[in-house]
Amino acid sequence: MADGSIGLWTVPLAVFGGAIRVSTPFLFVSLGECITERSGRINLGLEGTLVMGAMSGYGISYLTGSPWLGVLAAGFTGALLGALHAGICSLPRVNDIAVGIALMLLGTGLAFFLGKPLIEPTAPRLPAIDFGWWSDIAQVRAALRINVLFLIGVALAPILFWAFRTTRWGLLIRTAGESSDAARAMGYSVLGIRLRATMVGGFLAGIGGSFLSLFYPGSWNEGLSSGQGITAVALVIFARWNPMLCLWASLAFGGAAALGPALQSVGVTSGYHLFNAAPYILTLAIMIITCSPKRTLTGAPAELSITR
Amino acid sequence: MTTDAAETVDAVAVSPAADPGFLQRYGTSVEYILIPGAALIAALAVFGLFVFLFGKNPLNLYYYMYQGAFGTWFSWQNSLTRAAPLILTALCTALPAQLGMVIIGGEGALLIGALAATGAALALPSAPHLVVQFAMVCAGMLGGGLWIMLSGGLRQYRGVNETISSLLLVYIALAILNHLVEGPMRDPASLNKPSTPEIGAANMIGSIPGTDVHWGLLFGVIAAVASYILIYRTTFGFAARVAGGNIRAARIVGLNVGRLIMTICFLAGASAGLAGMVEVAAVEGRANANLAAGYGFTGILVAFLARQNPLAIIPVAIVLGGISASGGLLQRRLGLPDASVQVLQGIIFVFVLASDALYGRIGFLKGKT
Repeated sequence: MADGSIGLWTVPLAVFGGAIRVSTPFLFVSLGECITERSGRINLGLEGTLVMGAMSGYGISYLTGSPWLGVLAAGFTGALLGALHAGICSLPRVNDIAVGIALMLLGTGLAFFLGKPLIEPTAPRLPAIDFGWWSDIAQVRAALRINVLFLIGVALAPILFWAFRTTRWGLLIRTAGESSDAARAMGYSVLGIRLRATMVGGFLAGIGGSFLSLFYPGSWNEGLSSGQGITAVALVIFARWNPMLCLWASLAFGGAAALGPALQSVGVTSGYHLFNAAPYILTLAIMIITCSPKRTLTGAPAELSITR
Repeated sequence: MTTDAAETVDAVAVSPAADPGFLQRYGTSVEYILIPGAALIAALAVFGLFVFLFGKNPLNLYYYMYQGAFGTWFSWQNSLTRAAPLILTALCTALPAQLGMVIIGGEGALLIGALAATGAALALPSAPHLVVQFAMVCAGMLGGGLWIMLSGGLRQYRGVNETISSLLLVYIALAILNHLVEGPMRDPASLNKPSTPEIGAANMIGSIPGTDVHWGLLFGVIAAVASYILIYRTTFGFAARVAGGNIRAARIVGLNVGRLIMTICFLAGASAGLAGMVEVAAVEGRANANLAAGYGFTGILVAFLARQNPLAIIPVAIVLGGISASGGLLQRRLGLPDASVQVLQGIIFVFVLASDALYGRIGFLKGKT
């Protein structure tokens, strides 16, 4: 027991704080994947993109002393990996799921290779905004130290929701995802649209990765990401390709992921690893509940290979 | 698939079993060998360029890779030892691929199989070693089989995408492994690295006489050949390939697609589970976090490089086993990080997939037929 005054309230508080802290990578990856999947392609390689983003963000922050440059570099690394994915998928008869698996392996491998010298040094981290200044309780203040990236992500969700509905680009992406023939008939290059959608998706996933290394947990090591990328891809499916639902789902996931450490902080250590698996179990459970063998999912882009 | 007539004639001349059925399957094998081979070479070239950017001589790289993989009898044995689990985990991807499913959770089935096998050995402390080993094989295959069958069942009965579910199950399996070896199954004497108790030296499966290569390699070869026979020589395998080609047609002709999916997924998982049993009974001697060495993930690459053909998996697994065996030498002699093998594997994977676009398009292979 760390603090007698609030006792077991530590757990829900830590889960709440964790929901905000841990959800940010989920949020960015799922929003990015949402854009990519809406264009009719799935990028399973975002797990690799996330790790590459974490590594490059940390490296650039260390070299330049500016964590924001790190975030930007992570985004561009992600966009490059996205371009690689889209480029290979543009070739005839190439399966986008398989390319995603390949890039997952390549991305993590490259990140571990290039990130070897970064395990020791300490890079400047992203600053946090203290929303808990009104409280005297240390845990409340800790839970309310919120990173700007989280706020950007939260703002991005409704913007994307709006953009998909009303802007020209949103419409084009959706057209490419629903019927590539229709997009082609309108005179647009489907491959070009998907290339851009995958690059933007990679950009956001890279930023999500930089959050891991530059804010929470806030260092670079090879165990930094264990499946957050792939969980976020699954999350898009049960968020029904809706950016607003991605936001709520990411928050739920962040809370689930924070459960293990929260329980550990009040002394419940048995089953620690099982609690850490909570996000994966939750993903699987929600996919079991929401999927159906009889019909395709509502809201699923018709061109998406994963729902066929 | 277009074939070159001249190449086909050559194939007849050298082929030991020159019946028409054999040819139909292997007539296009020139493409199947040439294109992945070219992809492999291109990947090696790009990797050479990559290490060149880090100031290493690519020629040294290739020399040490060859030395570390196949240069000496010692490195051959090392490569073959690593090939054993790769064959088995590759089957975990290749068998469901016949049904058009992409299962990438071999690592999870390997871990669950390893845990089940260890549990079986620890539950039979005084049984004769052959009984224990048999129980370990059964438990490992059952554990791994049920694990992947879960993915197959979710796909068939709930419409859950099997690629994502099988990968999520890897992380869940890893959590179960960590939980058990640090908790209920922990040997109190294992202080630095939490592990289960040893299964006992008498219960280890040992090496093939005259080598340091354990019997797991034979398990792998048998499993690959059996899978090949099952897929290409039995009615069941034919039904599976029909369902993989066109699931609606399979339903119309009355095939029980659900049963096909469940059986194939069980066999696939059983194969990876056997890999886990082999790693426990031939290498580690106990279950601990060392088991999550990534054989399941490399197995995916092996399956794709072998174009999901169970027989082709054997040589490809040996090549990939060789590449991972050479990692140690690259680290010592060239000072490359241990992740370089993973980078090379990733590059190979990318090139192999991109080379899919080449089939039926190479001018001189198109021929006049």
